[in-house]
Amino acid sequence: MTDRLRDKIVPVTAILLGLVAAWYVFAYVMNAPFQRDLDRRAGETPGFSEFVVKTMTQPKPTLPAPHQVAVNFFENTFLRKVTSNRSLVYHAWVTLSSTLLGFAFGTVLGILIAVGIVHFAALDRSLMPWIIASQTVPILALAPMIIVVLAAIGITGLVPKALISTYLSFFPVAVGMVKGLRSPDIIHLDLMRTYNASKAETFWKLRLPASVPYLFASMKVAIAASLVGAIVGELPTGAVAGIGAKLLSGSYYSQTIDMFSALVAGSLVAVLLVTAVGIVGRIVERAMGGQSA
Amino acid sequence: MSTQRGMNFVATAFQRTLLYLIVILIMLLYPLLEPPYLSGPRWLSVLMLPLLAYIILVLVQRYRRNALPPLEIGVGLFLLAFVPICLASLRGFAGEEAPRNYWTTVAACVLAAWLLNDLLSGAKYRSGWWGNIAKFAVPTIFSLTLLFLWEVLVRALAIPFVLLPPPTAIAQRLANSLPVLMADVNQTIFRSVLIGYALGCAAGFAAAIVADRFVFLRRGLLPIGNMVSALPIIGVAPIMVMWFGFDWQSKAAVVVIMTFFPMLVNTVAGLAASGHMERDLMRTYASGYWQTLVKLRLPAAMPFIFNALKINSTLALIGAIVAEFFGTPVVGMGFRISTEVGRMNVDMVWAEIAVAALAGSVFYGVIALVERAVTFWHPSIRGG
Repeated sequence: MTDRLRDKIVPVTAILLGLVAAWYVFAYVMNAPFQRDLDRRAGETPGFSEFVVKTMTQPKPTLPAPHQVAVNFFENTFLRKVTSNRSLVYHAWVTLSSTLLGFAFGTVLGILIAVGIVHFAALDRSLMPWIIASQTVPILALAPMIIVVLAAIGITGLVPKALISTYLSFFPVAVGMVKGLRSPDIIHLDLMRTYNASKAETFWKLRLPASVPYLFASMKVAIAASLVGAIVGELPTGAVAGIGAKLLSGSYYSQTIDMFSALVAGSLVAVLLVTAVGIVGRIVERAMGGQSA
Repeated sequence: MSTQRGMNFVATAFQRTLLYLIVILIMLLYPLLEPPYLSGPRWLSVLMLPLLAYIILVLVQRYRRNALPPLEIGVGLFLLAFVPICLASLRGFAGEEAPRNYWTTVAACVLAAWLLNDLLSGAKYRSGWWGNIAKFAVPTIFSLTLLFLWEVLVRALAIPFVLLPPPTAIAQRLANSLPVLMADVNQTIFRSVLIGYALGCAAGFAAAIVADRFVFLRRGLLPIGNMVSALPIIGVAPIMVMWFGFDWQSKAAVVVIMTFFPMLVNTVAGLAASGHMERDLMRTYASGYWQTLVKLRLPAAMPFIFNALKINSTLALIGAIVAEFFGTPVVGMGFRISTEVGRMNVDMVWAEIAVAALAGSVFYGVIALVERAVTFWHPSIRGG
């Protein structure tokens, strides 16, 4: 426990505190010119400490101070009704639902592709370059078109956004699963041969269990990518609902504090999702008889 | 390995039978030399002749109880003969759905391509001169098949242009609007992406060197860096646009932030990659910190650093394009995409995406080539 305290908690906390301090300094530096301008127009000459306080309390600062963001985040998360349009919980839920749907599609698709690649040599050679090339396509650039075009034929709501998440999340799963399904040693594969196991039996009893750790590692990456897809997918719909929409409407009206608290909410969702996948992974591994690390 | 081959043999035999069946079906059901749906130039029917020749050859060989001529030749001839016919007859449909017998030919073409790919990735083409050709031929045939299917399905099923334009229309649009596309590439790739990428990677690298020097800093930064890589950093785009204005500087800033952390985390991991033995050896040579860093630890870290460079190449492109959705001057790939979508010029959007994909692939390819040159000693490259 003391090791953990010394090796991890103390340094991380120290760095985080340093970052917050730097943030305050930057907030002062970036907001000062505008505040000076305001004071000159109003004919005031505040003292230094008064001036610093003023730079931290602007309604639309260039860079909001951390406590401004914290207050805004707290108000919009806990003090508003969950169904309210201004509640961050509501927006986070909208984003979360399309993230999860897209993640589910992406994981299934990735696993199917991986199974195909491992079992058919022709697929390995012809599909793999395409999968890699598919990720050099900036899919997020496609997002507006997918949304608008699908809306043109009457598909709106959750599915178009989820499709973008799917595209982003299938790749890590496919690559990780190919690695995982190929991870059993030759010795183990040979053992299955001596048992006269069929291809299906080898798959279910050896390859699939061996690939589980790889699957969860890549699902962590995939769910983060899925969230990014969902957020960007909300941009072209014209800022209706969701964290992306909140960011866009914030940028329309220069509501920097709102934008920052939306960012905080998005980051929080990301951390929760990745942690959840990690916990599920650990439970599954333990249920399969793995040793806890 | 042997199970793999057995598996392939079964699949191949299955496809082979299917292919023969379809060829026979076409021969029986339709007058071979002039398919009823063919509305292209008549001379195309001549293309059928090599296929006919092959079939006759097979029959003759069979009669004389000799070995069959290589299947690959037959499949290749089949493709040569039927694909142009399929494509040429597309023009005749003119927005209406294709007659039903058209689809047998299309199916036969796709199946033949699949079979050809299967044969080319078989054991016969594993090594040597043919192996090299097959390595490029298999993905190429697959890609061409996809494009062919796309074109045929879109045109023959009369899918609305807005939903999915055929590849030929996209190519045409691309060729016609090269100056516009070049200006967009210049703005987005050569300014936002490259400058931001260089700055972000350099900053991440420098931060990693510093973090590596001070253990306390490394212990604090690494968990934070790992966490940040899961965050939707792209969300800072609107803030950067507010701070740095509409021009490329704001996009470069987004790219810097997106590329910084992957570089930091990977470089720190890479600097820890050299073994104790090697470091001890450097100590026995009485080399100082900097000598050890430059001569041992940085070269050992190169695979990790190139990994980050590769990840960052796609991230940078995405960051720059998405940042343009939040406000740009009237040039740039993201700007073009969002405005042309609004005007329902989907072929222009697809052309822009094709250019972006090409740029991304070239970017990635260049990094991969440099990696091969720099980390020639690494097992993954030595092994071929």
